[in-house]
Amino acid sequence: MLKRTLGERAIDGLNIAILIIIACLMLLPFIHILSVSFSSLQDVLQKDFILWPTNWASDAYLAIFASDSFIRSIFVTIYITVVGTAVSLILTATMAYGLTRKVLGQRVILLMVIFTILFNAGMIPIYLVVKETGLMNTLWALIIPSAISSFNLIVIRQFFLSIPNELSEAALIDGASEIRTFWSIIIPLSKPALATFGLFYAVGHWNKYFEGILYLNDAAKWPIQVVLRQIVIMNEATSTLGSDVMAQLENQPPPVTIQMAAILVATLPILLVYPFLQKHFAKGVMIGSVKG
Amino acid sequence: MGKLLTRMNREKYIYLLLLPGVLYFIIYRYVPMAGLVIAFKDFNPFTGFWNSDWVGIKHFTRMFESSEVIQVLVNTIQISLLQIFVAFPVSIILALMLNELRHATLKRFIQSLIYLPHFLSWVVVVGIFVVFLRGEGLVNSVLANFGLEAIPFLTDPAYFKPIIILQVIWKEAGWGTIIFLAALAGVNPSLYEAAVIDGANRWRQLWHVTLPAIRGVIIILFILRLGSVLDTGFEQIFLMLNPFNMDSGNVLDTYVYFKGIQQGNIGFATAVGMFKGVIGLVLVLSANRLAKRFGEDGLY
Repeated sequence: MLKRTLGERAIDGLNIAILIIIACLMLLPFIHILSVSFSSLQDVLQKDFILWPTNWASDAYLAIFASDSFIRSIFVTIYITVVGTAVSLILTATMAYGLTRKVLGQRVILLMVIFTILFNAGMIPIYLVVKETGLMNTLWALIIPSAISSFNLIVIRQFFLSIPNELSEAALIDGASEIRTFWSIIIPLSKPALATFGLFYAVGHWNKYFEGILYLNDAAKWPIQVVLRQIVIMNEATSTLGSDVMAQLENQPPPVTIQMAAILVATLPILLVYPFLQKHFAKGVMIGSVKG
Repeated sequence: MGKLLTRMNREKYIYLLLLPGVLYFIIYRYVPMAGLVIAFKDFNPFTGFWNSDWVGIKHFTRMFESSEVIQVLVNTIQISLLQIFVAFPVSIILALMLNELRHATLKRFIQSLIYLPHFLSWVVVVGIFVVFLRGEGLVNSVLANFGLEAIPFLTDPAYFKPIIILQVIWKEAGWGTIIFLAALAGVNPSLYEAAVIDGANRWRQLWHVTLPAIRGVIIILFILRLGSVLDTGFEQIFLMLNPFNMDSGNVLDTYVYFKGIQQGNIGFATAVGMFKGVIGLVLVLSANRLAKRFGEDGLY
């Protein structure tokens, strides 16, 4: 270990201090949100900055979980996330594997995929195609049009290419079909990579917001992010949850606690999968590049 | 021909695997590109795509004559440049600071925290900012405690762009360090040892060893970011917009939405979107060339 001068140690100390402050800036909003969401009316009225509630109250959570529209939006989002991730993974993996094989047209298809990273038609033409293909006002509109991420596709293809060719060749010589080779050789070897991209897709589906307002007219089909926007950003907590729901509650929670509770509930699944994501993403981000 | 058929027959399962994906790309990526022709039509939803009248470049001339579009374009470029020159350097500085941190556990802990916001939705991030910055929010309560007047952060157009940049930094600065940290991890430790023997202190090591190691990554990311200068992201800005800050915050993406979807001006909105896409393509391709000129690999 190299000996450090006093000045250097001071700089190191300062560096650590600043980094810890930055890390706290990421964490503190969540602690504040958590504590406000569990605060009672008098806590909210009395204090400006609540780091920990003095009088715990769960009225805000009772309010959001009593609301059909909130519960429904969570189920809608779970549905989109589960089905959407499955669809995305299947389409991406099969196509990525197909593109590792030197068949007629493979090069053209690959170029087609890469071009979509550089250029896309834009919101209006895609909107019209979604309309024409009959997805309007169905949950499929949030699943199909964004099913494959070109970038993920190319990275997964790159990963498949890194699997030694001899393995699939041996299977093919033994008489396995390409599909069987894909299913019993390639997929088992790629489980960690597919799990990583599955998580990325799942987070993307859970966070889906804009497609919700663009394609779904029916408020009953709104995913959680759209409902969250109504509650928090539009400041319409009572009308979004349903004023009849609010009227039935024993204690009326202040809107700000409902807003905080809603943010927390919508974020919880992300926080829960984050440790798993984190284990893989640095690798996932670095595997391969966009190079064909 | 017969040979070709036997080959294709042998490979039919590969085509089967490719088929769903290829169909997806054709229907949802390439048909919309063909649909860009409505930028040259007066699209009417009742007469439909084929029967709408051709209008040539009417929408494009209207676009270039519109002071509204100029304002939107200026907003877009301003927000983009702020992201490039303010938010992007924050990632570099953060990566350098993390790289200097010798304590492995603390480093991992800090990394876990600063990567997290990347995975939150824009609704959540904007929601948190709105709750903190609105009239009765935390920041204004603190200001009131000091006897200061409340600041209308969310409605005053002057605050729109700074807040957008602040949100981008909070959400993405940590995530942005990953690529720099990866480049820094590849630096041969013997370079630092040699520098120390030559009498270099920590600043000189940073300047002569660390920074050159990530120079290439910085240049290529910077150039590519310049290439996508018309991309500000849709959701964040859309969520932050309200009638009061519209003039300062409306960007190309949101403008297309308001004009096309909300006001039904399909042909005109498509033209604006197409303008953005084509300029964006030209810029990215030139940026990539430029990156190669700098002796870097380029993106493709």
